[in-house]
Amino acid sequence: MATTTLPANGSKNFFRSLRIPPVYYFLVVVFVGGAILDFIFADGQMVTNPAILTNIFVRSVALGIVAVGQTFVMIGASIDLSVALVISVTAVMTSFIMNGQTENVPKAIAVVFLIGAFTGLVNGLIITKLKVNAFIATLGTTLILRGVLNATFANFKGSIPRSFEYFGYGRIGPIPVSILVLLVVVLAGWFVLARTRYGFQLYGTGGSSEVARLSGLRTDRVIIIAHIICSMTAVLTGLFVVSRLRAGAPWIGTDGVYDLESVATTVIGGTALAGGRGGVWGTLGGVLIFGVLDTLFNQLGINPFMKNILRGLIIILAVASYTIRSKREAA
Amino acid sequence: MTTTTPTFSSRAVSVLAAIWGFIRRIPPIYPVFFAIFITVGFLNPNYQTMNGIFVFLRRASPLAILAIGQMMVLASGGFDLSQGSLVTFVIVGSSMLLSNDPAKAYSTIGIMMAVGVLVGLINGTAVSFLKIPSLIVTLGMLLLVKGVAMYWSGGAPKGYFTDNFRVFGRGNFENVPIFGKFPIALFIMLVIAVVFYFIFHRTNYGKQVLAIGDNVRAAQLSGVRVRGIRVLTFVFSAFLTVIAAILYGGYGGISTNVGDGMEFQAVSAAVIGGTLLLGGKGSVPNVVFGAFTLEALFNLLNLIGLPKPYRDAVQGLIIIGAVAYAALTTRRKQ
Repeated sequence: MATTTLPANGSKNFFRSLRIPPVYYFLVVVFVGGAILDFIFADGQMVTNPAILTNIFVRSVALGIVAVGQTFVMIGASIDLSVALVISVTAVMTSFIMNGQTENVPKAIAVVFLIGAFTGLVNGLIITKLKVNAFIATLGTTLILRGVLNATFANFKGSIPRSFEYFGYGRIGPIPVSILVLLVVVLAGWFVLARTRYGFQLYGTGGSSEVARLSGLRTDRVIIIAHIICSMTAVLTGLFVVSRLRAGAPWIGTDGVYDLESVATTVIGGTALAGGRGGVWGTLGGVLIFGVLDTLFNQLGINPFMKNILRGLIIILAVASYTIRSKREAA
Repeated sequence: MTTTTPTFSSRAVSVLAAIWGFIRRIPPIYPVFFAIFITVGFLNPNYQTMNGIFVFLRRASPLAILAIGQMMVLASGGFDLSQGSLVTFVIVGSSMLLSNDPAKAYSTIGIMMAVGVLVGLINGTAVSFLKIPSLIVTLGMLLLVKGVAMYWSGGAPKGYFTDNFRVFGRGNFENVPIFGKFPIALFIMLVIAVVFYFIFHRTNYGKQVLAIGDNVRAAQLSGVRVRGIRVLTFVFSAFLTVIAAILYGGYGGISTNVGDGMEFQAVSAAVIGGTLLLGGKGSVPNVVFGAFTLEALFNLLNLIGLPKPYRDAVQGLIIIGAVAYAALTTRRKQ
């Protein structure tokens, strides 16, 4: 009797000690379920063809990078809806400044990162100094960016040089460069959150801003830095997207629904909307779920409009699987 | 003589103080609206006529209805981001259901209202019983509802609205005493505003919504049935969205992106009208004027020849300004 229960407990403890975010169990379920559906209704290549398997990751790069930044602000109990527009601005400005010339690449990258840092700084200042609710503040900057962008650019402008396509299409051995970039961003995000003083300050501020402030933290600065980091990740996503598309248009970010999807994947990954809890590994799991589903939908040849319906359902159900046990009332 | 003068002046002072106190309690939205509206009137003489004012109010009515619904959800501490795509769904879906047959207008409206109640029930149930934050629920609903609208219409809606469907948004009551013509949309909006003024400011339900928005736990402990109240709030919001969509259908075109961003316009109007985000404060008349102000502002930007995209930018500046003003002044009072 005891011998049969002991190993089960042992393996349970082992998994617990690894502290795998629960979203990965969900990811496994989605992947296995998807593979079965793929075998029944399509050619089953999602598992057998390494190219399609890699593609799941490549599809996750754009959303994954910005979701890491979103995780930072959400741990700080803030939110950033302006990422989609930062991605659009980055894409348009990059291809406009590069204009097909390799020698313009450093200039373009410098400009877009400056724009990103400035947007993040403005978001952070509005939220902390003007005491504007983060949702409204970043919605406001979204509208401002959208107005200026649409008034200036109406369509695809310029193009990127061949050399810059390396980010989107290049490979080191069998591994796409973009996947490596995503991994580096996630690792860096994990390191900052789990191993640096700033990371602890961010968790503290998100958990209870008032307690953190009274114990001597400059909470305003912590939040502002989180917003700058978030906008920078949005810029990086923008650079990746434009290098895949080879030219930037003003609707790239909003059409990708990066604002809402980065929030959704972060929440699915276990970061609380109220802040103070969560991490980038969970977020990566959430992003991969979206990547698997995207690939599955493609394999099954699902109507693109149906995809949105399913995505909406899945976001609600995935988050519900966390929240349904909570004792507190949601808002 | 020497005794009466001081009493007279002190009485005058107290009357003046009372008037000043009354003026100070007028929400800032009213002077702001009239300032903008009068400026618009100077720039465009059309707005000096009764007809011009009615045209303006008719166009502003759907947004006011949306904003009332949004305000109730905001006041309870939530968000309803699904409003915009529900507008799209109603407009696209109605054009599909009508299939150019005037006889189907009323059944279409009935079906759409039922869909609205259903969407609100799902939103509210997911928030109350699955405990998902409303931001996520209504965002999922945004994708879902828009997806259904696109799937149903194949991305390109067919048909047009029959006249008896459009009349709610663009029609007028003729031969009304004093006014002559009176827009139906404005009438519907006023009826809704009065009904919801009563519901929100004169019933226990309204007070309970505010109590939940202020402090859920405290409300729960004092016996408020938080979940039921929340569900009802989302149902109201979705139902009002359907009505607003039908009015929009009266003068707008049929496309799959008509409703895009409308939820944010509604949030803006509610916030300009003094609604406190994350709950605890809200007022139906102020929000109606918030919607009027936003619409007047769009007109003003149009008149001074600002390119249309800048509308967004100005709207962004205004909502940040309005919320910052509210946040900084309430802090000073403490």
